[in-house]
Amino acid sequence: MMKSADVATTNGTEPATPTRSAKAAGAVATWADERLGLGTAMKKQLRKVFPDHWSFMLGEIALWSFVILLLTGVFLTLFFDPSMTEVQYNGSYDPLRGVHMSRAMASTLEISFDVRGGLLMRQMHHWAAMIFIAAMMIHLLRVYLTGAFRKPRELNWIIGCLLLLLGTIEGFTGYSLPDDLLSGTGVRAADGFMKASPVVGTYMSFFLFGGEFPGDQIIPRLYAAHILLIPGLLLALITAHMLLLVYHKHTQWPGPGRTEENVVGYPLLPVYMAKAGGFFFIVFGMTALLGGLFTLNPVWKYGPYDPSKVTAGSQPDWYMGWPDGLLRIIPPWETHIWGVTLSWNIMLPILIAPPLMLMVLIALPFLEQWITGDKREHHLLQRPRNAPTRTAVMAALITFYGLSWAAGGNDIIAIKMHLSINQITYFLRGAVIIGPIIAFMITRRWCISLQRHDQEKLLHGYETGVIVRSPDGGYAEKHLPISETKAYTLTARDREEVYTANGTADEAGVAAPGGKVAEVAKKIRSKLSALMFADNVQKPTAEELHEAQHHADHELHELEHQIATGPNKHGPTDDDH
Amino acid sequence: MTDAHDTSNDDANSGGGGELVPQEPIPDPGLPAHTWRPTDVDPKKEKRAEIQVAALFGLSAICTILFVVAYFTYDIGDNWHVIGGLGASTVALGATLGLALLFIGVAVIQWARKLMGDHEIIELRHPASSPEEDRATTLAALKVGIEEASIARRPLIRNSMLGALGLLGLPAVVLLRDLGTLPGDKLEHTIWGQGGRKIKTVENGKEVTVTVPKMRVARDAIGTPILASDLEIGDLVNAQPEVLFNPTRYHMEHADVEGVELQIHKSKASLILLRMEPADIKPGKGRENWDVNGIVAYSKICTHVGCPISLNERTTHHLLCPCHQSTFDLTDSGRVVFGPAGRPLPQLPLEVDEQGYLVAQSDFTEPVGPSYWERDYERDRFAEGD
Repeated sequence: MMKSADVATTNGTEPATPTRSAKAAGAVATWADERLGLGTAMKKQLRKVFPDHWSFMLGEIALWSFVILLLTGVFLTLFFDPSMTEVQYNGSYDPLRGVHMSRAMASTLEISFDVRGGLLMRQMHHWAAMIFIAAMMIHLLRVYLTGAFRKPRELNWIIGCLLLLLGTIEGFTGYSLPDDLLSGTGVRAADGFMKASPVVGTYMSFFLFGGEFPGDQIIPRLYAAHILLIPGLLLALITAHMLLLVYHKHTQWPGPGRTEENVVGYPLLPVYMAKAGGFFFIVFGMTALLGGLFTLNPVWKYGPYDPSKVTAGSQPDWYMGWPDGLLRIIPPWETHIWGVTLSWNIMLPILIAPPLMLMVLIALPFLEQWITGDKREHHLLQRPRNAPTRTAVMAALITFYGLSWAAGGNDIIAIKMHLSINQITYFLRGAVIIGPIIAFMITRRWCISLQRHDQEKLLHGYETGVIVRSPDGGYAEKHLPISETKAYTLTARDREEVYTANGTADEAGVAAPGGKVAEVAKKIRSKLSALMFADNVQKPTAEELHEAQHHADHELHELEHQIATGPNKHGPTDDDH
Repeated sequence: MTDAHDTSNDDANSGGGGELVPQEPIPDPGLPAHTWRPTDVDPKKEKRAEIQVAALFGLSAICTILFVVAYFTYDIGDNWHVIGGLGASTVALGATLGLALLFIGVAVIQWARKLMGDHEIIELRHPASSPEEDRATTLAALKVGIEEASIARRPLIRNSMLGALGLLGLPAVVLLRDLGTLPGDKLEHTIWGQGGRKIKTVENGKEVTVTVPKMRVARDAIGTPILASDLEIGDLVNAQPEVLFNPTRYHMEHADVEGVELQIHKSKASLILLRMEPADIKPGKGRENWDVNGIVAYSKICTHVGCPISLNERTTHHLLCPCHQSTFDLTDSGRVVFGPAGRPLPQLPLEVDEQGYLVAQSDFTEPVGPSYWERDYERDRFAEGD
């Protein structure tokens, strides 16, 4: 470590004399404080600590892309006309000149071809929407796989899940607005989904479309939802999400000096503010480059919506891909009974699967808490390998998602890879069920073997790559102990205990109320607890560690001795490390 | 190296915490010492970083100016296809704006990384729950408030209030009634049924009953009626009812087939016309005379979720929906041979009129398009018989 005398002189030891602008700023601050009491409010917040890790940036991408969506969205509202009145297009894009279309489509073309920067803003808006949802999903994975959803952050997990749902709906309402052939096909499918709802389906459709499909109401109504209702909800939930983040303080990775009781990192002012603010400009800049250089959703190529036309390879935006895939591979199940129709082929993939997926996501923290019985607050993150069952559950969900998503492109896969679409579909019907199970088993065992590897390093040191031959011809690899920092970080985790249902008395020795139901629940809980923890590797006790290290030291001395006395005297010794 | 004995002693001392305190085999070595960055100790490096940051801000300013220049330089409109179909304006504006923003971002982060203080600081956490004392105060206040409101002692007020408030949900629901018309039997009929109907008109002051001509099948987009002799074997034609192009012939107003009405009619009446070897057709029960010399007509609207079906397999006469790949066999009453659709494609019974044009014998005998709750399957089978 350097002495402070070596520090660059500009870092200064003398207090700077306030300049005139500083005095003016002080006056403004006083004025504001006398009215808003900012001094107290900001006392702790200005230097609030945020821990640093690349994975904490993923949620930030979602936040900043939402800001970009608001900015570019406001620009688009200045020019977009959400009307389904039929007009004849007479703008600059000659291939469509003279074609009848809705005002919505015509004004979208106008934004694209007659407003300078309009196409850029449209494409930035669409790119930002894609990034928004992708970033939310990856952020969700980060939070789940590191255990950041645990108490006290369960409510923020639920808010996050709702944000993902709202973001998806917001995306759908948004890309439906231009009233082009592709999005119109999506709206047509949405009409089919509504009509498949039991009892109220046709009424829902007729009320939403203002009469029979397609009517002339759907675009203005989607517009109201897209620019007012859903953004309002998103904004409110994002605010709540951020406030809770500030209140709980960010989670951190375990390491020397980082405990459950503290948070170590950089202060909000200036470092974190600069990094987060700078990152906003980077996300914004990347979005602008994408919007300027990469076309997406070229509605001018699709043309206006016509219920009798469709383009081959019609697909929704990517985040709608997985329910669309389920919709493709579902067998043709329809029940006709008592004069009514139950369309399982639509209800299962669209009306049941996505809400069920959302409920599973929301339930995950509570399910885990019930099984583990862990009611403590957690602020230190866990490595995915140290929660093998949790990680495996997410691997199963990701596999289900991925296979369903692939099913949403079964026609493209068939064409590009010269396969039979029928065979792809039959395969995926089985794979969406078996795949997640296989993924669960592989991931769980994989995590456990990684845990064993960590344990190995902890107890016997790391592999140096130096092979020593003993005088009697045997080979052994020289292991050296890992650093104290690494060893501490590896052991900075909880020991887990498998819950066992001991008769009718719980841990406190009180007879369980609720009789049989509680009994069964306990049995399930103990089975799940065993599944969750039984095979995990627990960190060694101090005695075990001491003994292992003693043993390793002994082995090392033997090897050193062999190196010193044996034929190969050039191997590294302790001094090299 | 860790002294394991000390650690185990520590554990023994803190063992009273039970499960709550993780037993650490290794004591926390504490935060590693801060290390100075090159820019902290070398004034030259510090100056260089300062210049780098300022230069990045400068580059951003240049890009912003170029953005404004590009805005006024590049015309759009007729030049929309320059540069990969994006137009020079969009590309230039996107590139300059993107770089202007990126340079600011990189500059600020460089500033933070190289020049701002990089001491990690420690803040203590507090449990999310409020202190016991605050909780007690709040609960007491709540209790006093409820007591003063006397809501518990006056169930009459409480219940009448809850009833009144609950009833207010009703206007919220009722107000939605005018969002749209009721479905009625609209989903069961298409505009094909307008052909061959009897209407009453007034001619020379007398009320007479006139039979509207049967609905001709017309080519999509251009609207010319189709002669049965026009089609070769293997031909596939996208078709619409002629009334959409010539409403007066069917005693309808232009307004009935324009704008939103046109879209509604097309979403149900669109047709696929296909001519095959008459011997290939396996007519369903009651459908023996629904084709004209091997020309069959099926609804173009998929029975799954309503996409228009457009992909034809010429040799097998299978029709594939591009949205979810439901496949229908047009030789066999539109039976589903693959995919998620639950019902066959509705078939339109065809015949020819006096001039040899293809006309519909009647409307579809079952609802077209996606399934819905009220759809009565029993009625379809009945309809097949008549």
